[in-house]
Amino acid sequence: MAETTPPSDFTARRRWMAVLARASAAEITSRLERAPPLPAHARLRGPETGLVMARGRQGGDGAPFNLGEMTVTRCTVRLPAGIVGHAYVAGRDTRQAELAAALDAALQDPALQPALLTAVIEPLAAAQAERAARDARRAAATRVEFLTMATMR
Amino acid sequence: MAYVAVKGGERAIEHAHAWLAEERRGDPALPELTVAQVEQQMSLAVDRVMAEGACFDRGLAALAVKQARGDLIEAAFLLRAYRTTLPRFGASMPLDTGAMRVRRRISATYKDLPGGQVLGPTFDYTHRLLDFALAAEGEPPPPAPESPAEAAAMPRVTGILAQEGLMAAEPHSEAEPGDLTREPLAFPADRPLRLQALARGDEGFLLGLGYSTQRGYGNAHPFVGEIRLGEVAVEIVPPELGFAIEIGDLTVTECQMVNQFAGSRTEPPQFTRGYGLVFGHGERKAMAMSLVDRALRAAELGEDAEAPAQSQEFVLYHCDNVEATGFVEHLKLPHYVDFQSELEKLRQLRATAMQEAAE
Repeated sequence: MAETTPPSDFTARRRWMAVLARASAAEITSRLERAPPLPAHARLRGPETGLVMARGRQGGDGAPFNLGEMTVTRCTVRLPAGIVGHAYVAGRDTRQAELAAALDAALQDPALQPALLTAVIEPLAAAQAERAARDARRAAATRVEFLTMATMR
Repeated sequence: MAYVAVKGGERAIEHAHAWLAEERRGDPALPELTVAQVEQQMSLAVDRVMAEGACFDRGLAALAVKQARGDLIEAAFLLRAYRTTLPRFGASMPLDTGAMRVRRRISATYKDLPGGQVLGPTFDYTHRLLDFALAAEGEPPPPAPESPAEAAAMPRVTGILAQEGLMAAEPHSEAEPGDLTREPLAFPADRPLRLQALARGDEGFLLGLGYSTQRGYGNAHPFVGEIRLGEVAVEIVPPELGFAIEIGDLTVTECQMVNQFAGSRTEPPQFTRGYGLVFGHGERKAMAMSLVDRALRAAELGEDAEAPAQSQEFVLYHCDNVEATGFVEHLKLPHYVDFQSELEKLRQLRATAMQEAAE
């Protein structure tokens, strides 16, 4: 696998792309209102909606198989400084994909990154983590506590 | 079989569709159902349409349910038709269901397994009595109770059995799987292709076949090793990036069905698994799929393969409800010329038979 960015950027970039993929256009927009303005961008590709074939593994851990497709929207933009941003997000929200690509580009700019991480990515990540944690707590509440027959008598 | 282009009927068709639209809407004095309401409140219908339409998109599936007036096979057909209008960007990395954010996880083989039995939002243990409270509009229910969640891992039950050597291991592979949406099925079909066909197959058909294996048509002795429902991250490697990124989550249901296996010349007696994985919350479908998957492995495991559920051609050629609908419902199309020739043949045969009887 060819890495186009140094490993440190690569990890951070993977994370913000994952967060943006799970945030609606409305959520991203509302966070951007509290952030420094994004540089204007030019569209290089899309936003366009297509399909990704989701794969599973037989038995959960064996050979891959094609489970079924999912809708995915992608977008590529370029900033005046030349930085290129990409987005691939599940679903058909073209606005989300374009915002995510613009943010991906801006976040690669060391001058913009700290403010955008603080104002946009961290709050979105926290909201997503809380949604997941709430599901985990509701699931935990349905965990069966077995009683032995002796204590039931 | 042949059809003849017949002119006419356009006006009748137009009027029929106008009536259909009115029937779809129902009594205009009642509020119209929104697609968001279907998505939220008919969520298992939406899940089934995504599974059988083989396309994960809740909004599209909900729209299809509304347009099809709740006919879920028609809705799956609509979704399949829509997907053909979209380009394919690529394939995901295989989902890691072991890392699922689990909402439900049960095992019928181990009571005290690591991670425990988590019931999740289930119909199980409800009394199946009609709830007339739902017939009246009311306040939303109170939020479900919450308990502190442990970060404990939920290992797969099949992994627990594999550690003891009691479960046949899945050979590790990164082989590119065949895709029946690109190439027509050929037989014998390998297991990845069979699983793709089953994952998009009709729930009712697979349920009946799975049931048949339990009733003696296929010698199955299954146990639910594990069922899990939850969200799994989807990763792709876009060529322009060259590294894997998460593009969102899929809700899936997975079933590991544990089956006896008597052993063969090369394999010792051990458990084998049937596997089910479906889009959305589809437990019945995942269970049926895992029963049929195991039945279809009979030949490769050196077992007798005489029951319908063990026949690849029988199962895979007939489990797709969109294809089956197409061929069954095409009988409605004008067959006037075909039938005319049948009529003439029959009249001739009858005339000959009566003449012979008279002689």
